[in-house]
Amino acid sequence: MINLSDILETIRMIQDECLDIRTITMGISLLDCVDSDIDCACEKVYNKITSRAKDLVRVGEEIEKEYGIPIINKRISVTPISIVSAACHESPVKFALTMDRAAEAVGVNLIGGYSALVQKGFAAGDRELIESIPEALAKTSRVCSSVNIGSTKTGINLDACKLMGRIVRETAEATVDSDCFGAAKLVVFCNSVDDNPFMAGAYHGVGEPDCIINVGVSGPGVVRSALAKHPDADINEVCNIIKTTAYKITRVGQLVGVTASERLGVPFGIVDLSLAPTPAVGDSVAHILEEIGLEQCGAPGTTACLALLNDAVKKGGVMACSSVGGLSGAFIPVSEDAGMIADAKSGSLTIEKLEAMTAVCSVGLDMIAIPGDTTADAIAGIIADEAAIGMINSKTTAVRVIPAIGRTDGEELDWGGLFGHAPIMKVNKMSPSKFINRGGQIPAPLHSLKN
Amino acid sequence: MKAVISVIGKDAVGILAKVSAICAECNANVTEVTQTVLQDVFAMVMLVDITGLNIPLSSLADKMTELGNSLGLSIFVMHEDIFNTMHHI
Repeated sequence: MINLSDILETIRMIQDECLDIRTITMGISLLDCVDSDIDCACEKVYNKITSRAKDLVRVGEEIEKEYGIPIINKRISVTPISIVSAACHESPVKFALTMDRAAEAVGVNLIGGYSALVQKGFAAGDRELIESIPEALAKTSRVCSSVNIGSTKTGINLDACKLMGRIVRETAEATVDSDCFGAAKLVVFCNSVDDNPFMAGAYHGVGEPDCIINVGVSGPGVVRSALAKHPDADINEVCNIIKTTAYKITRVGQLVGVTASERLGVPFGIVDLSLAPTPAVGDSVAHILEEIGLEQCGAPGTTACLALLNDAVKKGGVMACSSVGGLSGAFIPVSEDAGMIADAKSGSLTIEKLEAMTAVCSVGLDMIAIPGDTTADAIAGIIADEAAIGMINSKTTAVRVIPAIGRTDGEELDWGGLFGHAPIMKVNKMSPSKFINRGGQIPAPLHSLKN
Repeated sequence: MKAVISVIGKDAVGILAKVSAICAECNANVTEVTQTVLQDVFAMVMLVDITGLNIPLSSLADKMTELGNSLGLSIFVMHEDIFNTMHHI
């Protein structure tokens, strides 16, 4: 029997505390679209995406209404395009334009998979794809791109780090008219995952089935309100409150995922156990950390609070769903979190502290605006640092920094909507150029003698 | 299959009648009603059987939202599964 207080609690979580399903992402394999004639391949890609995903938005909206839970994004991820485009031997930008058109046709706001996996070196098509990213992201509005440059099993491709430092800058330069927005759609990964439903880093891995539904949940506001009701709880109690709340949030994700998969006739993949903030009031991960007891995010103790939050979210969520995957953890994208924005502006939160935080949560240096004079090699150094944390700790890490071309720290980039606005944060001016230009492969780490 | 209709807002004459009228029109059978008026705030939770519903559940939700807007109330229609999955193991 449904209890009255459960009903009211659910309604309060949705109406007042910003509980939502962040994304239903349909993963679509494009392996059967390979063709040496690029126009022919693009036509197959367009047809496959628009036929598989034709009902995605309608079904998403239907579920939203029936369960009374907002589903913020309906999105698509596809096979890394470098694999599909390798046989074409020409610039793969046409694939980006095709993806953009297909996404528009089915009504999704973002499509991920303009990607390359180069953790151990460049295969045919990889360099061409990476070189084309600035143009592809400037010429499209819905396409997201990612490049995996390292993994725990392979080590870090330092040549790819160097290349991506330049590509991130060029992408920002190519989109300078829109506050360098292109770079906000480009993620550089270490240990990227095949079933990530979140943009901009989503792609459909080659080991995945032909088509699949993955779900990403959210709910920082709900966790914070739950904690606010117990201001004097000890830290064990805090962990338990987070676990209980994460369980409820994730159960909704499971329900929505299973229902969507049934109605679309597509297998259900995973729920990503995530706390994804938005710039909206009351939807901030930083505010949870402050609720636990920090004056501001960035204060000593931040990494510890984030570690317990991240762990408790996973412990609560894992029991709530049949299959867990994706990035699974609390996200800390600066521009998308009202608390982080305020803490970065006040100077409490720095890039160095954020880097430490990424060692204990999902997913990396995310949505951070950096001064426009930051060199390509410095960005490559940031990427290498972040990849090293991922490689050594066997976790996914990523870099999504936005060089604010023509601006410097103290100023701001503003994209509006879910992407929010970002205060430009200081970057250490010392040069890593000699290291970055050595090139080659940082070897895979030892998996024993861990200290 | 059941849905929960929750109505929250300022008390007025005929709220229950108007909500029930839409249920009847859509062939949703009201099986349980709990309502309270605390000071001026009206709160009602209605359990309805939607097995024989003659329109999609999402359209019923639209109709109730519309009614809520015209009366200055919040009316939520939600499939019972969301409560069952969130609050029961």
